[in-house]
Parts: sequence; structure tokens; C-alpha cells
Amino acid sequence: MNSKLLTYIEAISKGMWEEMERDPAVFLLGEDIGGFGGAFKATKGFLQHFGEDRVVDTVLAESAILGASVGAALAGMKPVAEMQFSDFVTCGFNQLVNNAATTHYRWNIPVPMVVRLPSGAGIHGGPFHSRNPEAWFFHQPGLKIVAPSTPYDAKGLIKAAIRDANPVLYFEHKRLYRHVKGEVPDDDYLVEIGKADVKRQGTDISVITYGSTVHQALEAAEILQQENGTSVEVLDLRSLVPLDKEAILASARKTGKVLIVHEDNLTGGIGAEVAALIAEFAFQNLDAPIKRLAAIDTPTPYSPTLEEFFLPSKEKVVNALKELARY
Amino acid sequence: MAVALKKKIISRYLPKTIKKSNGVLKTLSKEQYLRLYYFMRLTREFEEAILNLYRQGKIVGGAYTGNGNEATSVGSAFCLKKEDYLFPMHRDLGAHFAKGQSVRNLMLQHLGRADSLTRGRDGTGHYADPSLKIYGNISHLAAMIPVAAGVALASKLKKEKSVVMTYIGDGGSNVGDFHESLAMASVMKLPLVLIIENNQFAYSTPIAKQFIVERLSDRAVGYGIPGFTIDGTSVDEVYRVCSEAVARARRGDGPTLIESVTMRMHGHSAHDGAEYVPKKLLEEWKKKDPLVNTEKLLLGKKILTPSIKSEYEKKIADELDDAVRFALANSYPSAEEAAAGVFAE
Repeated sequence: MNSKLLTYIEAISKGMWEEMERDPAVFLLGEDIGGFGGAFKATKGFLQHFGEDRVVDTVLAESAILGASVGAALAGMKPVAEMQFSDFVTCGFNQLVNNAATTHYRWNIPVPMVVRLPSGAGIHGGPFHSRNPEAWFFHQPGLKIVAPSTPYDAKGLIKAAIRDANPVLYFEHKRLYRHVKGEVPDDDYLVEIGKADVKRQGTDISVITYGSTVHQALEAAEILQQENGTSVEVLDLRSLVPLDKEAILASARKTGKVLIVHEDNLTGGIGAEVAALIAEFAFQNLDAPIKRLAAIDTPTPYSPTLEEFFLPSKEKVVNALKELARY
Repeated sequence: MAVALKKKIISRYLPKTIKKSNGVLKTLSKEQYLRLYYFMRLTREFEEAILNLYRQGKIVGGAYTGNGNEATSVGSAFCLKKEDYLFPMHRDLGAHFAKGQSVRNLMLQHLGRADSLTRGRDGTGHYADPSLKIYGNISHLAAMIPVAAGVALASKLKKEKSVVMTYIGDGGSNVGDFHESLAMASVMKLPLVLIIENNQFAYSTPIAKQFIVERLSDRAVGYGIPGFTIDGTSVDEVYRVCSEAVARARRGDGPTLIESVTMRMHGHSAHDGAEYVPKKLLEEWKKKDPLVNTEKLLLGKKILTPSIKSEYEKKIADELDDAVRFALANSYPSAEEAAAGVFAE
């Protein structure tokens, strides 16, 4: 099997490119995605190869972009919309939660659309270029949500998202774009939406996480192994809706100690639901309280010292794991 | 028999870059006129039947009518071909009929029954029927304009010649989606016809508190697209101007904004007595009743005869009677259906 070493963003681009070659119904729309290739260059070269009917530069109007995606999907196409930053999805919120999310339930008509959402902090983007807004949509029935952490998953999930018959929100972390590289097979493979992945096997403590904090968890797990001989399992959720409840409960039952980590802020985050599931269905297997580590409940601050305090980090994961290890 | 259409319209704006359609439509045939009249009458009677059912407690939710709006809803959608898309609002029951929807299907929807097009998951006109290319509204009315624009975009990208027609109210024309959609549709030259039904009130708020432009079609100027203000009670005028807009869209010349001036003769919905509407205003508009005036027009032109009229009245009464029986005999969906179908397989 041939593969290439790709960055996370190259893997996303490759997945979109393959799907556009495979299916003429797939087209891209968004702000600055054509000649400019996108704010992060995820669609660089697409306009030249696929032409203006497949790569559609739009006016600066997020609600129109997302509403038009719903309409194009109703008309039999497979739109892939780019929000330039996930922060700006708020301007099109209604189209996602009231139109895209409810259409199949009410009309029994599929709405196969993908919204790409460059998200996340740690790039000194300040309050309006750093958000992780997945929890707002997590609460709304009818939207699938994925958040890959590796180039392999990034390609497999964007392809699966494009082939899905439902609206899929694809959260891609900006800091991973060029900082994370990995082997990505050339083949036409998919990563199934709704399946978590054990990124590191362990027996003493489970870290349940997704997106950028998967990497912090993996580094922290290695440190605990080296320093204390503690065996830490890292479960990468990859999909938030549907949530892989079996994988979450299996890991919690196996280790009996759970640390949930995400970069989105703590209150009402995905971690709250994961914790509730474990408390409800794996209570008897627990040897310690369920612990959560997330950004603090403030807007994302700008200055480096403040942002560092705000965000989860490898060191904070190590400390949280050490606390759990004491039980 | 071809009958000449009314020539005058209230206001017309054409950007310099857009060629005037030179009389796409000057006449309607007798048969077309009779169909327009039939659908308008059916719309009026259907809504009366709904209000009766509402008073009997048989409508589970709200009941909305388009009394006063029949010429606009019927006359506009009547311009569309089978391959065109219709995105109607809650005052546009007549548009559903003009696009081919059955009385039975609409009754099932209003009564929330198991075999309705939404299987009881949503009510009234909030359904979609892809076989007729009808896509109903959500309650955030302006939210459908970007969706309609998206269908128009798909039509353009697929190089089809389908046109998309949609509607908004005077109040709804203030919502961002209205403006975002016109920005997108104008730049992309999408085959979209957007009709503002200016019926003088947004719930209880009069238009004086909604906008200060002279005509809502003035908003077309800001997007460089044609804008028309028409008498929304004249089925002639609605049909002619909408036909021009549809033809323009089909030619690839982009969207058109049409303000159709009408009056909401009933309350916002059946629960609303609309005491805030001045009686005098209602009396004035009563003289412009689109159904009554169309009837007079057609009787005058000898297109409609007393015998055709009574034939239509009987046909409509029978159709409604059948639909009400049919829908009431249909059960509500089984309760556990509530949990199914959030996602497509």
C-alpha cells in the first residue's frame, strides 16, 4: 500500500480532491476559496483544476453560504462549504440548527452537505479567531460532527463526511494544519463516522479526548509511562455525533479512571456528556471521580501568558493524570 | 380567446445593464384566466374550511390564512413550469395549488395526520414535495431565501434552466437573510424571483415601523437588479410581472425583486383578532378584494359565466368535503415515530 507523509491540511485537501474527482455532484463554496485558495490554502489549485462551476467563490455572507448549501443539497448536489474561521459560523447559526438539522426529520429528504470549520486556539487569534464552537451544535439533533486529530483521520473523515447523506460539521484544528504530519495512504479509504479510535493502549487511566488535545494526551501518556510506569490509554473520539458510546464505556470499564480533555471551554462542553455517560453506565467500574480538563470559562484571551493559562496543555494533562493515579 | 392584460404597474426599476423584456406576455387565454380564478376561489374556500376546523378544535396548531393575497400567491406560482422550484410562505396557499398540490395532501398537513407529507412531524405548509418541486417554509421565514438561492445556484451549476420563486413579507424583508441572499444572487446572476408580499402588517407592526423607503422594490437598486412594485390584488398584473421575472431568470439575466402590495385581511393567525388594524383600512381594502374583483373582471369579459361559476363552487365544495373526510379518517402517526428519522441512513 503506497502512502505519503502529509501534513494535516494536505490530508484534508487530498480527501476533498479525491472526492471531487470521484463525484461530479461535489462542489466547494466559500469566501476566498477560489483564486486565493482559501485563507489557510486548503483549496489551493482547486479552481485551476476543477473550474468555476466546482469551486465557487461567494460573497461575504455566512448565512447565505450555509443556506445555499442546504438548497444545493436539496437539489441533488453535495456542497462542501468553508467557514473561513469556525468563529464566523455564528453568523449562519440559524441555517444549520433550523434548516440543515431539521430537514430530514421533517421532510424525509437527505441534506448531504459538509461544513468545514477551521477552529481552535493556540495561534494568538484572540477571542474571535480561536473558538471551538462544536458544543453549540452538539446539542442540536440532526447534525453530525467530526473532529480529526491526525492526517490519516483527516483524509478518511472528510471523505466519509462528503459521502454521508446528512449535514456534517467538520472541525479542523488550525494549529494542527502544519504542525502535525503523518503517513496517509494513497488509497480511497474512509474513516467511519461514529467510531472512536484508541490512539494508545493502556490499563491504568483513560484519557478521552478529540482534536488538538489528542496530541497533548499522547505526550502526557508517554511522560507518565517513563516517570511512574503508569499505563495510560488515549481514546480519540474523532466523531462527536454520533458519539461512540461503546468505545467510551469500554475504556472507562477497562481502566476505572477517566480524564476527559478538550480545548473547548469546560461548562456544557462535550466532556460533560461523556462524563454523564460514564457516570450513568459505568459507575460500578470507577475507582476515582471522573475528571475533566478543558479551557477555562472565559472568552479566548489574546496575550500569550493569558492564552497559555486559558488552554489545556501537556503539563496540565500530566498533572491531572498524576492526581488520578493517586486513587 | 386571448385577453389583453392590464398595462400599468405602480413602479418599475431596471438597471442600465438589464434589457427590458419587450412584452413577454401581453395576453392570457380564457382557459388560463379560468384556472387562475379557480385556484383563487379554491384558496379562499380552503382557508375558510381550515378556520372552521380550527374553531371546532380539529387543527392541532395555529391556522394562518392569506385572505387578500390570493391574486399574488396564485398569479405568481402560475408562471412556473414543472421543472421550476417553488418556495412558498404561510400566506401562499394558492401557490401550492397553482404548482399542482392536491387538496387532500394539504388537508392532511393541516391536520397533522400520519399520511401527510411530513408524516405529522410538521404542520401547515411546512412540507416539501420534490415530485412537484415545492419546498415549504420554516417559521423563520427569511431563512428560506438563502435555501432558495442555493437551489438556484445548483440549477445554474448544473446548467439546467430551472427557475426558483420564493416569497417574504414586509417585515421579513428586514432580516439579514433577505439581504445576504440578494447580495449572493445578484453577483452570481442566479435564476431567482423574490416576491415581497407587502400586506401592511408584520403581526401587529404596521409598515410605517418596518421601513421608510417609498417602495420596498427600491431595495433592488442597492443590489443592481430589477425591482417592481405591483398591485398584488390584480391577478393580471401579478402574472404579467412575475412572468417577465421568470423569463429573465431563465435567460440567465439574474434575480428580480417584486413588491406585491396587498392587505392582510385576517389576523396574523386564527387566534389574533387584529384589533390593531384600523377598520377604515380594512374597508378600503375590502373594495380591492382580489377574488371579487377577478370575478367581476372575468364576468365582464364574458370569460366566466354564472353556470361556470356555480360549477366551480360545487366542484370546490365537493373537493373540500372529500379532503376533510379523508384527512379526518387518517390517524395520527404512531407515537414512537417521534424518535425516528433524525438522520438519513
